[in-house]
Amino acid sequence: MTTEFAGSQYVIEIIYLIASALFILSLKWMSSPATARHGILAGEIGMVLAIGGTMLHHGIVDWKWIIIALVLGSGIGIPLGMVQMTAVPQRTALSHAFGALCVTLVGTAEFYLRSPDVPKFMMSVLSMEVILGGLTFTGSLMAAGKLQEILPQRPITYKGQNLVNFLLFCVAVGSAVYLVLHPGMRPLFPLMVGISLIFGVLLVIPIGGADMPTVISLLNSYAGLSAAAMGFVLQNKLLIIAGALDGSSGFILSVIMSKAMNRSFTNVLFGAFGQVQTSAAAGQEAKPVRSATPEEAAAILAAANKVVIVPGYGMAVAQAQHKVRELYDLLTKKGVEVRFAIHPVAGRMPGHMNVLLAEADIPYDRLIEMDEINGDFPQTDVALVIGANDVTNPAARTDHSSPIFGMPILDVDKAHTVMVIKRSMNPGFAGIDNPLYYLDNTLMLFGDAKQFVGAIVRELGGGH
Amino acid sequence: MGSSIIDALFVFMLAAFIGFEVVRHVSPLLHTPLMSLTNALDAIAVVGAIVLVGEHPNSRFATVLGVIAIIAATSNVVGGFFITDRMLRMFKTSRSTKP
Repeated sequence: MTTEFAGSQYVIEIIYLIASALFILSLKWMSSPATARHGILAGEIGMVLAIGGTMLHHGIVDWKWIIIALVLGSGIGIPLGMVQMTAVPQRTALSHAFGALCVTLVGTAEFYLRSPDVPKFMMSVLSMEVILGGLTFTGSLMAAGKLQEILPQRPITYKGQNLVNFLLFCVAVGSAVYLVLHPGMRPLFPLMVGISLIFGVLLVIPIGGADMPTVISLLNSYAGLSAAAMGFVLQNKLLIIAGALDGSSGFILSVIMSKAMNRSFTNVLFGAFGQVQTSAAAGQEAKPVRSATPEEAAAILAAANKVVIVPGYGMAVAQAQHKVRELYDLLTKKGVEVRFAIHPVAGRMPGHMNVLLAEADIPYDRLIEMDEINGDFPQTDVALVIGANDVTNPAARTDHSSPIFGMPILDVDKAHTVMVIKRSMNPGFAGIDNPLYYLDNTLMLFGDAKQFVGAIVRELGGGH
Repeated sequence: MGSSIIDALFVFMLAAFIGFEVVRHVSPLLHTPLMSLTNALDAIAVVGAIVLVGEHPNSRFATVLGVIAIIAATSNVVGGFFITDRMLRMFKTSRSTKP
């Protein structure tokens, strides 16, 4: 070992140290919208330093392919950074898949370069790297496909599903254990990777659209952990740190998401939501509801002092957020206090609604979290529900037999008047009937969210 | 070798705790940009792929896998930072949006 090598190695390690600090600061600055953009800058500087520092690596002898790949990757990254805000969930799932693909491929190459001389600890983390990476790759592709509606959003289930999944997982882990003991058994490696890839597909197909926020968070966590495992294999502390940060971030988000649905991880992963509810919805007959026209809705809104708008995924599907902004502007101009109540699992990924409303230029200090706004509903004149269903279902508080019993909800039923924009009385995605619609203080506004809000806006605007 | 494994485990443990503490304080408002940012940061895995390709010019297997890995990770770096920035620019307070 020459001193020159040791020198460049030190420089690289110092650069990685600085990059690690910048990554941590980057996440820290995300705590508030006021500092968040500094966070991006810190992350970007850290990334440029890290990649630049890696180029100093003494062992790198061939540059051509590295440069070509970096240019191609940037070329793909730019359009992926320009997608519409409604498409952010599938873009995120796709990028989890890309991250996991990178980790799996590097792990695979490392195995074949090192086998059969792979120490036991190294082989264990290497197996973890490719198993987690493999299942995250295909699982995220499935999630992206479902979100993009290339694949059916309904849960796909069959008999003995959990048993099949469990057995596959056992085979993958079994192969890993055998490889740790006998790292020369090269043919076992593709088996382990292949099973992980299949396992990822099978893990996500039984999961429905409403559970996507939890699943995306969980895949986020797995992607991070697989990168951390790669850091162990390559003895790269920067990778370990970045992977651990990403892993814990995804984990925290999954916990928040499953709490917001009152469900455990195992329940999300192993109990397709759709099955339970078909029977629950079948037992109900037509009950009377009160409906209103856009003119009536506009009059009620104009007479109110306090309005809370509850947006859900339906608003995003109907692309109604810009019309909602116009409604917000008109009402605010009339002196009505308008706020938005955001349920943690509204939309298809954590924080999805906030981004959509921010894109429509609604100030973020008007977007209020569930716990903060729930106490205000009794003093609210009008709660306007747009494209949200299960998160407003009062059965979650009272009806022990309801499949969503115990899930924290927005207490819109406590507002003086509730108005719900909905296409028809068909039960929502999960197929659960919502008693909110039959309450005396509820008015149903039947129609497409965008058109209906547009009609209300015309009514209000026509007044002066 | 033994002590470097332990060192690495210490680093992982500490980083995970820092991650928990830091992310716990992220406003739910920013959960979507948080995820796209961590995604971009996680793509630091690209450094592993760069070393892999650079060190093994004679292994076609390593080069092919490594090049695909660099492409995948770089697209996450570029796309991830880009979209996070776009999202954060949209977040405005009522004061700043009032004309």
